[in-house]
Amino acid sequence: MKASFFPGCSLEGTAREYGESIDAVSCLLGIKFEELPGWTCCGASAAHCINEFLSITLPARNLLLAEKLNHDLVTPCAACFNRLKAAEKALTKESKKIDASTPFRGAIKILHLLEFFSREDLIKMIKKQIKRPLSNLKVVSYYGCLIVRPPQITDAKNWEDPQALDNLISLMGGETIFWPYKTECCGGSLLLTNLDIVRRLIGRILDMAREAEADCIVTACPLCQANLDTRQEEIGKAKGIKFDLPIFYFTELLGLAFDLKDTRKWFRRHLVDPVPLLKEKKLM
Amino acid sequence: MGTKLISLPVTVNRDTRFRDLVVEAVGETIFSCYQCYKCSAGCPVAFAMDILPHQVIRSVLLLQKEKALSSRTIWICASCETCTTRCPNEIDIAKVMDVLRQIQVESGTEAKEPKVPVFHKTFLTTIKKSGRIHELSLLTNFLRKSGGIGDNLKSGEWKNDLRLGIKMFLRGKLKLLPPSKKGVEELRKLFDQAKEYKKS
Repeated sequence: MKASFFPGCSLEGTAREYGESIDAVSCLLGIKFEELPGWTCCGASAAHCINEFLSITLPARNLLLAEKLNHDLVTPCAACFNRLKAAEKALTKESKKIDASTPFRGAIKILHLLEFFSREDLIKMIKKQIKRPLSNLKVVSYYGCLIVRPPQITDAKNWEDPQALDNLISLMGGETIFWPYKTECCGGSLLLTNLDIVRRLIGRILDMAREAEADCIVTACPLCQANLDTRQEEIGKAKGIKFDLPIFYFTELLGLAFDLKDTRKWFRRHLVDPVPLLKEKKLM
Repeated sequence: MGTKLISLPVTVNRDTRFRDLVVEAVGETIFSCYQCYKCSAGCPVAFAMDILPHQVIRSVLLLQKEKALSSRTIWICASCETCTTRCPNEIDIAKVMDVLRQIQVESGTEAKEPKVPVFHKTFLTTIKKSGRIHELSLLTNFLRKSGGIGDNLKSGEWKNDLRLGIKMFLRGKLKLLPPSKKGVEELRKLFDQAKEYKKS
C-alpha cells in the first residue's frame, strides 16, 4: 500500500515521537509512505489570518507536487490537513479566485493519518497485528478542531462526535470513555501570543478528562499533544491540583498494542511520563 | 388634522466599501444573520473577547468598520471553526474574522492585540526564508520582534519558559539547527505574487 506523506514542520521537532511511531507502525503494516520531495510549510494559521493569497498558494504548492506522484496524500497534522483541504476546495471549485500556475486536477485524495488508518482494509490489518491488547486502559479521545471542522472543508461526517479514535482504541482492546470535550479547542494558534488564554483552555480539557476518570488522553495532532502534555505542571500548580495525565499519539498506542520494542524511546520524549501508568496497567 | 412629520437627526454612514469587501470574501449568507447568538455561545475564547462574534457580524452589516477592526476579538479568535460549523445560516464566521484581520493589517494601524499579527508575520517570514518552520528560530524571532523578551523578564515568565525549554531539549524535542532550505526560489515568487494580489 502506497501513499504520499506530508509530515509537516512539527514532526521534525516537538512531535518527534509522533513521526517515529508513525514510521514503526506503518512499516509493520506494510504501508509505504513516500515523503513528498521538497515539501514546504502549509502556512498554518498564520497565512489565513493575514494573507488570503498565501493561505491557498502555500498549501497548493504541495498539492501540485503530490498530484505529480499520483498517490493519495496523507498528513499526520491537523493544521496541515485543514490547510491542504482548504486549498483543494479553493482550487477545484468553479468560481475560483486564485489560480495556481499549474492547474490542480483534484485527482488525488487528501487524508488525515487518522482517516487513512480507519480504512476498512487497514482496520483488518491492524486487528491481525495486535499482540498486547490495551486491557483496562481508560482513554478519552481528543480530536481537537481542525481534523473535523469545518465539515465543508474537512469532509468529516460526525464533526460534533467523531468516532475514528474511539474505534481504534476499542479495536486495540482499550476502554473509551465518552466525554463532551472531544472537539474542544486547546488554543494551539495562540500559544506564543496569549498564554493565559491557552492555559485556561488546556486546564478545562484536563479537568474534564479527570472528571471522566480517564487514565490518559489520545490525540492525532502534534499541536494538541504538545499543548496538553507540556503545560500540566504549571496549570496544576495554579489550580492546586497535580495533573499527571499522559497524552498519547494514537500511533504510539498502536505501537504499544503491536508490542513494538521502540515504545519506550517514544515515551521518554513525553513531559508527563506514561510509563508508571502503563506499568500499573501491566502494559509494559 | 394632518399628520405631522418629524425629522430625526440621524447620520447614516453610507460608505459600504468595508462591508462589501467582507461580503465579497465570505458570500452573501452574512446578510441572513438573525443574531441567534449560537456562534458566541459556542466560542471557546468568548471569555477573553471585548465584543462577541455575533456582534462582530452585526458591526460589519451596520458598516461599523472601526468597531470591528479595533476589537480585541478579531485577534483573540483562535480559528477553531466552531462558529462556522454551527451557524444555522451557513455564515463562515471564522472567515469573517480572517478577512477583518487582513483588512486591519493592511490598514497599517496598530492592532488591539499587537503581538498576534507580529507572530503571524514572523511565521510567514520564516516560511519565505527557509521553506519550513524551524520551531526554535520562530520562537526567538518572534520574541525579538514582539518585545517578548522584556515582557517575560518583567513577568517572571522566563523561568517557566527556560524550565520548559530545558525539558524539551533533554527529550530531544528541540531541534537546535534549522533544516536545510526548501523551495525558497519558488516561494519567493509566491510571496511576490501575494503582494500583487493584494494591490489588485
